[in-house]
Amino acid sequence: MSTYNPNFVPPAHAPMPLNGNNFVNGVQGSVQQQPGPPPGQQYIPQKQPQQFQQPPPAAAFPGAGAPGNVPPPQQFNSGITNQFLPPTSGAATPLQQLPPSTLPPHLRPPAANGPPLTNGSNGASSANSSRTASPRPVGAAPQYAQGPIAAALNNPPLASGLRPSPQPTHQSLANLTSNLENLNLNTTRANGGTSILPQPQTQQQYAPTVTQKDGRGVASAQTGPPQFNDANSLLAASGVAAALVPNAMATPFSGQKPPNLAPNPAKMFGSASMAGRPTPAGQRIPYGVPPPTNPEQQSQQNNNLQNAPPPPRVGAVWPPSLPNVAAPGAQPMMPPAQQTPQTYPYSQVYQPGPQQQPPPPQSAVQPPPPGMFGTQPTGAPLQYQAQAPPQAYGQHPQQAPQTAPGGPYGTTAPLNVAQQGFSRLWGQDTIDLMQNRHILTPATLPPPKVVLHNQFHESINCSPSIMRCTLTKIPESNSLLQKSRLPLGIVIHPFRDVNSLPVIQCINIVRCRLCRTYINPFVYFVDSKMWKCNLCYRVNELPDDFQFDPATKTYGDVTRRPEVRSSTIEFIAPSEYMLRPPQPAMYLFLFDVSIIAQQSGYLEAACAVLNRHLDEMPGDARTQVGFICFDSFVHFYSMAEGLNQPHEMTLLDIEDPFLPRPDSLLVNLKECKELVRDLLKQLPKRFAHTHDPGSALGAALQVAFKLMQASGGRITVFQSCLPNKGPGALEPREDPNNRSAKDVAHLNPATDFYKRFALECSGYQIACDLFLMNQQYSDMATISGISKHSGGCVHHFPLYQKTKPHMVESFRSCFKRYLTRKIGFEAVMRIRCTRGLQVHTFHGNFFVRSTDLLSLPNVNPDAGYGMQISYEESLTDAKTICFQAALLYTNSEGERRIRVHTVCLPVTASLPEVMHSADTEAIIGLLSKMAVDRSVASNLSDARDAFINATIDVYNAFKIAQNLPSGQSGQLIAPRSLALLPLYILALLKHPAFRVGTSTRLDDRVYAMDCMKTLPLDQLMKYVYPELYKIDALIYHARNSNISSNQDDDEDEDEPLPELPRLQLSAEHLDSRSIFLMDCGTLIMIYVGLNVPPDVLEAVLGISSTAELGDYVYGLPNVVSNENDVLKRFILRLNYDKPYSALVQIIRDTSTAKGQFTERLTDDRSESSLSYYEFLQHIRAQVK
Amino acid sequence: MAFNFTAFTYIVALIGDAFLIFFAIFHVIAFDELKTDYKNPIDQCNSLNPLVLPEYLLHIFLNLLFLFCGEWFSLCINIPLIAYHIWRYKNRPVMSGPGLYDPTTVLKTDTLYRNMREGWIKLAVYLISFFYYIYGMVYSLIST
Repeated sequence: MSTYNPNFVPPAHAPMPLNGNNFVNGVQGSVQQQPGPPPGQQYIPQKQPQQFQQPPPAAAFPGAGAPGNVPPPQQFNSGITNQFLPPTSGAATPLQQLPPSTLPPHLRPPAANGPPLTNGSNGASSANSSRTASPRPVGAAPQYAQGPIAAALNNPPLASGLRPSPQPTHQSLANLTSNLENLNLNTTRANGGTSILPQPQTQQQYAPTVTQKDGRGVASAQTGPPQFNDANSLLAASGVAAALVPNAMATPFSGQKPPNLAPNPAKMFGSASMAGRPTPAGQRIPYGVPPPTNPEQQSQQNNNLQNAPPPPRVGAVWPPSLPNVAAPGAQPMMPPAQQTPQTYPYSQVYQPGPQQQPPPPQSAVQPPPPGMFGTQPTGAPLQYQAQAPPQAYGQHPQQAPQTAPGGPYGTTAPLNVAQQGFSRLWGQDTIDLMQNRHILTPATLPPPKVVLHNQFHESINCSPSIMRCTLTKIPESNSLLQKSRLPLGIVIHPFRDVNSLPVIQCINIVRCRLCRTYINPFVYFVDSKMWKCNLCYRVNELPDDFQFDPATKTYGDVTRRPEVRSSTIEFIAPSEYMLRPPQPAMYLFLFDVSIIAQQSGYLEAACAVLNRHLDEMPGDARTQVGFICFDSFVHFYSMAEGLNQPHEMTLLDIEDPFLPRPDSLLVNLKECKELVRDLLKQLPKRFAHTHDPGSALGAALQVAFKLMQASGGRITVFQSCLPNKGPGALEPREDPNNRSAKDVAHLNPATDFYKRFALECSGYQIACDLFLMNQQYSDMATISGISKHSGGCVHHFPLYQKTKPHMVESFRSCFKRYLTRKIGFEAVMRIRCTRGLQVHTFHGNFFVRSTDLLSLPNVNPDAGYGMQISYEESLTDAKTICFQAALLYTNSEGERRIRVHTVCLPVTASLPEVMHSADTEAIIGLLSKMAVDRSVASNLSDARDAFINATIDVYNAFKIAQNLPSGQSGQLIAPRSLALLPLYILALLKHPAFRVGTSTRLDDRVYAMDCMKTLPLDQLMKYVYPELYKIDALIYHARNSNISSNQDDDEDEDEPLPELPRLQLSAEHLDSRSIFLMDCGTLIMIYVGLNVPPDVLEAVLGISSTAELGDYVYGLPNVVSNENDVLKRFILRLNYDKPYSALVQIIRDTSTAKGQFTERLTDDRSESSLSYYEFLQHIRAQVK
Repeated sequence: MAFNFTAFTYIVALIGDAFLIFFAIFHVIAFDELKTDYKNPIDQCNSLNPLVLPEYLLHIFLNLLFLFCGEWFSLCINIPLIAYHIWRYKNRPVMSGPGLYDPTTVLKTDTLYRNMREGWIKLAVYLISFFYYIYGMVYSLIST
């Protein structure tokens, strides 16, 4: 399949300017040079080339920095009435990932089901104009039929199976060879389908006992010719009678198309594709079938295949990701593996039926040789296929695929192979979790793709990094949702730094008159003057100036407007969106200077960072800053004009605080910069010798509020001990002897003083951010109220000491990011849902002002939110539903802006579809938020039980949905989409937020819970389930590139890093001869095994033996070597989408810090918790 | 026909119950306003919270009168509500002032619906007991 050259596109598309870029990104140069396939094979369906026009989302290339990755920014020229600004770029983080939704509209490809070839060059417009037509009934679009029919009629019989793959990758070629080799394991392909083709929707998972090995058989078959036959026999088997199947089996594949297939395939697949079956990323699409997915998805898949580890085939013999993921040692063999098959004409490769597999080049198929350190490379995709029975703990995963081809359930294989393969095709395959302990694979990791109906096929949905729903298909009624037992909700990261964001300034922003929804790509244009709101279904008029297309400066086509082309967009709001003139940036800093604070010495670091980054704080010429210090009293600093140094005033009456003077406490930063710098230099010294144990936080907050009341802004509080003076004084509540007790008390605030304060602040558009650098219990649960209800953020540095350089370093980078990141003032966010749904509960830091409106005095790019959704009425009439989040804020330049994100999801009535479309990460994100609420409202053990019950319920529901036999079967069947649920749930149960039995300080626990509520999903997942990599392959890569760099130095830098497979967090993956890297979000731990070869140590860490490593080593040493350089680049890539770069800690195997590392190996058992396998057994025992 | 303490109790209970009905109606209206975005939850809680304790105390006072005059049946039908009130107030969110409603949680759909339902049920209870008190008053007046 991948022998199809991507350059091989119909002439109409050939000149598309972006092709070159894409190929450079996605496919190695050598592939481009390949001559096209023989003319006989040039029957590529018309839709084929379109996917190549899609610039691959840059996500898979975070660090590569290839220029072709970034689509050219939109250049909207100012029009008559509208002014289009160039896209804003997240200046603070220029390396930010590019979400797919930010593709410039004019680069978007036509619909996958779009126009025929003749239309190709302006396919976009015709695809769009098709949207303005009346909606055609799903399942009857004639143009879908064209491709397949043409192919079926015009080509030699064999050709039906030779349909070019939608994934022209050379990795899959390498896979192909193995697949071919594997084919003779599966003799089940048949071309005997003679029945009327049933609707694929009726396709059920008939045989739950199918083993992974069997499923793989079909997956591999799909790469080969007998594609239609597979599908057909499957349909026959499932739709009519299973008896057909043996018959089909008996018919050897002869390269002939079944006679009845020709007239029908278009119908069959056309309807199938319109049914909008889920095809999660990485899911292989059968190559004979017109791709049921939209072009973005496919190009995403291309990308996945090329950059990320490719889709794992269940039961694949060796890691499908071999070429890139390659273990050390495999690399040199890759060139033949990639190129040999490509040079074959198709006939040579494919003509032999599956029965006569030509042995593929052995060098490519062989498992990679032992790793460079003499160990076998362990790749996650590999282990995923492990058929090793559960008791084979510790057995090397490499051996697993060599178990019986039929797997434990080999007897049922012949029938199920086809079914399994077909359900894989729809993303509906299942996994027996008990058999597949190594579940963390590239197939389970990426978020499932949203597949919309044809009408919106070409509309780009909101990036999953911004907004994700727990279900990518919405159940049509509440009862269906209840049957699935899955939580429905969205997790959203609304103010995320994005690279290119269309910004629009126009006089009137087009909104629905009834529900005030912003116009979005998913609305329906009745005609060129009217549009129908997709949330409330009201038909609205379009203003005349909406007809103007700023990109081409033409009138008439509304579908070219950026509002309609991008589901993430920012408007510059006109004055009716302001209640008052936009406020300036106002920053007030509150420093705790009590004796404990002085001992910790945070003030030096804070003032130094502040001093350095004073100029980088967002704001215009009106920016104002102020400083207040507090111990038992409150110290003000007046920086009035005319003073040559700051003037301190101390407020002694903390019970009834007042402002000592009305002005000069908050000063203009530009005008008084010298005074401010002077103050920041003096502050640490000023209180260096105080011995005041008091901390009058309440009083300081009250005066801060008075100071900020007039304008609103941000109060940053540094607190290092329990506030014990004046209003809001607290008593220590934690019992240190009870830290590992089963029931955790005092998760609730002790007083509502801080909450009331926050509410008051929220009313005046003031947000409070808290940096807690405590030495002892400081009642985070109570104090963090100031941030929770005012839209602030909380940072926690427990046991901060200036003598601990890593803490200082960590604090510095965190505080630097805090100061310099974007900020939105006086913000509100409204979540609108399609009629029938409503937001049930909000999670995050904000104040809920009405049922769908969040008041966010400040919004920052690192804050995530979650919403539970509930049903008001059933959605039977709706085909799709939308969520729209609109964030209205004032940016630091005093401009009022609205950022709108829209996500559109299909509705389904089928329970299995709902289950298969679940998004595990989003579910975990939502469940953890709900569990925090439960812990606070009820107690921790309730929340823990709820986690376990949720998992059990989901699998129970799936069992019912799939009509699996009830009772104990020794299996735990899970849909692929939910395969990781127990893994993550177990990690959550062992997380500091929810664990019991392990000593956890109350403040740490409360902070962890706060993180659960407020972290955006990508960071939350790292926080819950850190990423573990074995970096031997990197080092190997470095050595390799070392050799090559001698030849050409230029390309060395830009060479992409190999994709490393993620390992599950279990000690069984560790070995003493390798180096491992664990990315926990804000901390990256490098674990150095005891027997790592000295030359590697020398090259990577600049030491000759592990004994030279101290117990606590932070920061990667600078060594002039390729290995060190590559590792740095790898870490840079990991840090890419984090708010600030993580601290690197190096842990020697025998170090006392090893506990920090092993504590995060959540798959293993500990004294008080279950191992992953035990947990699975527990779940299985409970699933009825 | 005699005007005794029982009759007096019922007359007081009638008047008190009329107030309770007003409280319940106000409660329902307030939450409906919240639901339809007419009011800010902070304002709404500020207006609702001061009324919670007076309502509870008035209700308990009426039942004390029933206790003193030995109207056991009237007392019995009110005891569940008293118990509910006590339970409710014991489990209120952490707050310094009197009252039940926390502006940060009052807009959660669960809480909102629970409060709405509570308002309607209490209104029904008060209305039914109002008619029972009328009956009780008349009965105590005509029987001697």
